[in-house]
Amino acid sequence: MKVKVISRSTDEFTRERSQDLQRVFRNFDPNLRTQEKATEYVRALNAAKLEKIFARPFIGAMDGHIDTVSCMAKNPNHLKGIFSGSMDGDIRLWDLATRRTVCQFSGHQGAVRGLTASTDGRVLVSCGTDCTVRLWRVPVATVMESEESSHNSSEPLAVYVWKNAFWAVDHQWDGNLFATAGAQVDIWDHDRSQPVNSFEWGKDTVVSARFNPGEPNVLATSASDRSITIYDLRMSSPARRVVMRTKTNSISWNPMEPMNFTAANEDCNCYSYDARKLDEAKCVHQDHVSAVMDIDYSPTGREFVTGSYDRTVRIFQYNGGHSREIYHTKRMQRVFCVKFSCDASYVISGSDDTNLRLWKAKASEQLGVLLPRERKKHEYLEAVKNRYKHLPEVKRIVRHRHLPKPIYKAASLRRIMADAARRKEERRRAHSAPGSRLKEAFRKKRILQEVE
Amino acid sequence: MDEDDEMDMKVKKYLRGESANLEILQDRKLKGQLAVREELYGKSAKAAAKIEKWLLPSEGGYLEAEGIEKTWRIKQESIAQEVDILSTRNQYDIVLPDFGPYSLDFTSSGRYMAIAGRKGHLGILDMKNMALIKEFQVRETVRDIAFLHNELFFAAAQKKYPYIYNRDGTELHCLKEHGAVLKLQFLKNHFLLATINKLGQLHYQDVTTGQMVGNYRTGHGRSDVMQVNPFNGVVAVGHSRGTVSMWKPTSAAPVVKMLCHQGPVTALAFHSNGHLLATAGMERKIKLWDLRKFEVLQTLSGHAKTLDFSQKGLLAGATGSFVQIWGDLAGSQSYDRYMGHSMAKGYQIGKVAFRPYEDVLGIGHSKGWSSVLIPGSGEPNFDTWVANPFETPKQRREKEIHSLLDKLPPETIMLDPTKIGAVRPTRKKEKPTNPEREAELEAAVAAAKDIPMKKKTKGRNKPSKRAKKKQEAVEKAKRPFLEQAAKEEELSKEKRKRISEENELPKSLQRFTRKKAKA
Repeated sequence: MKVKVISRSTDEFTRERSQDLQRVFRNFDPNLRTQEKATEYVRALNAAKLEKIFARPFIGAMDGHIDTVSCMAKNPNHLKGIFSGSMDGDIRLWDLATRRTVCQFSGHQGAVRGLTASTDGRVLVSCGTDCTVRLWRVPVATVMESEESSHNSSEPLAVYVWKNAFWAVDHQWDGNLFATAGAQVDIWDHDRSQPVNSFEWGKDTVVSARFNPGEPNVLATSASDRSITIYDLRMSSPARRVVMRTKTNSISWNPMEPMNFTAANEDCNCYSYDARKLDEAKCVHQDHVSAVMDIDYSPTGREFVTGSYDRTVRIFQYNGGHSREIYHTKRMQRVFCVKFSCDASYVISGSDDTNLRLWKAKASEQLGVLLPRERKKHEYLEAVKNRYKHLPEVKRIVRHRHLPKPIYKAASLRRIMADAARRKEERRRAHSAPGSRLKEAFRKKRILQEVE
Repeated sequence: MDEDDEMDMKVKKYLRGESANLEILQDRKLKGQLAVREELYGKSAKAAAKIEKWLLPSEGGYLEAEGIEKTWRIKQESIAQEVDILSTRNQYDIVLPDFGPYSLDFTSSGRYMAIAGRKGHLGILDMKNMALIKEFQVRETVRDIAFLHNELFFAAAQKKYPYIYNRDGTELHCLKEHGAVLKLQFLKNHFLLATINKLGQLHYQDVTTGQMVGNYRTGHGRSDVMQVNPFNGVVAVGHSRGTVSMWKPTSAAPVVKMLCHQGPVTALAFHSNGHLLATAGMERKIKLWDLRKFEVLQTLSGHAKTLDFSQKGLLAGATGSFVQIWGDLAGSQSYDRYMGHSMAKGYQIGKVAFRPYEDVLGIGHSKGWSSVLIPGSGEPNFDTWVANPFETPKQRREKEIHSLLDKLPPETIMLDPTKIGAVRPTRKKEKPTNPEREAELEAAVAAAKDIPMKKKTKGRNKPSKRAKKKQEAVEKAKRPFLEQAAKEEELSKEKRKRISEENELPKSLQRFTRKKAKA
């Protein structure tokens, strides 16, 4: 007969010296583990609760301005710095790590309406209501780090005076031109004191402008006649235009999918469009209760942050209809500008109460250096929570956010009004001849017309 | 091709069931997301199957007969001649005739064994070194013994109540509520101690908090056959009427009641995959049941006072002084005789238990306990994070903490554990039964009575007016129920009228009576 019996020798399965690592043997057979799903569910519940315990998104506020912060700009070459301009003409460069002003650029007589950094990060372009465009030299990184005391000021490189007040400015991602928005869209070169080119469609002020990250010559602008226009610099006339029902305050292109952009609108929604097909919005992001003032995409292209007149900052997913996170503080008043940091970990908001605030993009994230085991554990907890986040108990915990009372009341009021309108429409359709009243998709409803 | 088939089988094992049917989904975004996820599952199952070759160091045991000899005639002595010395140390007989029939239990890693003699002898042994860790006398009848989550704690069912002891023999708890317990079982994932006592009452107690989760009357009198199904955590109790009932801690009625034998049920055992149940009755039959369909798969003949399944699916049954092992070898779906072992006459076997992760069967009998080798019964490769026979104290402590963090609530015990996290099928709206309706009515009335009334001022707050307002609120709450009851009355009256109409007509015309189409 042939016989073999399991016999394990202790040396193979235990360590020799205490300096060695303990031996680990794995057998992934499901029969050895019972009730896996229930265990996963319990872990998902605990993970959701732990996430809420560790959710502390607010890091700090940067104060120094004496008037509303109206615009911000990121420096593409320097992760730690951010420029901000206020309504009294004061421009500052902040160091996010210490939350202190590094450098002040004074010179504007009126409100600073737009700020942008050039492609190489050396030049800061600002424009304001005093009809001037100023170019400043940005202090270099090495100098910044060795500086202990702040409050350096620098002289402007150039001051260009023009005919009308400016509303916004944006620099090409890869080039030497920048565009200003005012009575019309002007294209400037760094060295010329007059615009190189000028675009106009209609007689209304252009409120914001943004260059496409992928295509350096494509520019999206929004005007106060409720339209969004896309220009191409190589052609002398504008390319396409879509008119909506309400004005768009700000536009941001998706850095990972450069054909898509999202527009922050006055009617409390954000509309994502495909620039090639403007007759229908790709997605409508609803959750704010007052006008959305500013929008910025994360460098991952997967989420964006919006700041609204209703004193909150929300973070949306690029294809999600509702926000995944809301940040609010009693002291933060109307939010006028938001920026997502270049490493996708932080969100900076500038608001009416003259402060810039630094928040974490993921509220329960542990900052600093994580050990590999810690990181793996966080990833596992995140994955198991996402797997069961549709079940009622877990969903209740994951979804829960404290809202300030005015926002909560306003949101329920909007919901009631929307429900009432929908019910009326359903009844009208039910009582009219079948096919006479067509269902209009919400994505199309807010668009009036598309024009070539 | 053989290799491919083998690989397919292995992949199937890791897939844990069929993939979801995505064709019925209307939502394209969801369909896309789920398709990606299903693909990931497939990839991970394939990776697990491929890496098996490298990750699993040991191979299982086997016993093959050559020529005309049969495996069930092979004696333990002949096996001992063929295997190495370390394995022969696992064959022994401990003779302790003074302390009565012995019951034994292993920890889930197979390293420690607890023994309990009927006359009060309790002990813990370390099977790796064959060392006695602790033994002591409690000087009263002990009917059963069970380890709790690790070797530090065990519960003994003594004469009047069950007690929980430490590894050092210190008595930690006396569980008075359970009464005179006949059998103890520990549910590992839920940290629940399930007991059945002389009066046929089932008790579930959470050993981490001490809370009694449930106590239920089985309703069939005294029974001393109880086993827990390791797959889903339900406890099966065998009764003297031949029925087996399965219980979960959250309901007072059994989940399943099946009639198994024509006489009392003498033994029960569950296969670790949760689909197979072996029951033995006094009419000399041992039946193997499929628990998905609740059908008999196979009937073996023989008595069995005790049954146990091994990790690899071998079934051991013992009666008198003879142990019989059945196995489903050679890929066949049915159980055949595999091995047998007979002890000296006069040794009445009380309990058999396979040792996890080893090819060893522990036998507790009236004169002590023994251990025999059964090749092919144990799982050769253990997983350190599930059960580690070579556990250090530090690893044991960490494991205890992790299993406490993952402790499942008692509500997760159900017949089909894969239903957790699944979408509940939409039920057709059923009419609530009368008691339910009355309960709803009472709840509505109570809610109406609880509404706080506004206190009016300037002389408008008369008590009579307040009382009238409250009564109005109660009547308003009752109104929908009464309306519904009246509507149903009307419907039933109409129906009765119609039926009587039908019956009045001559038979040939009855099929022309007006039958309303049911919506």
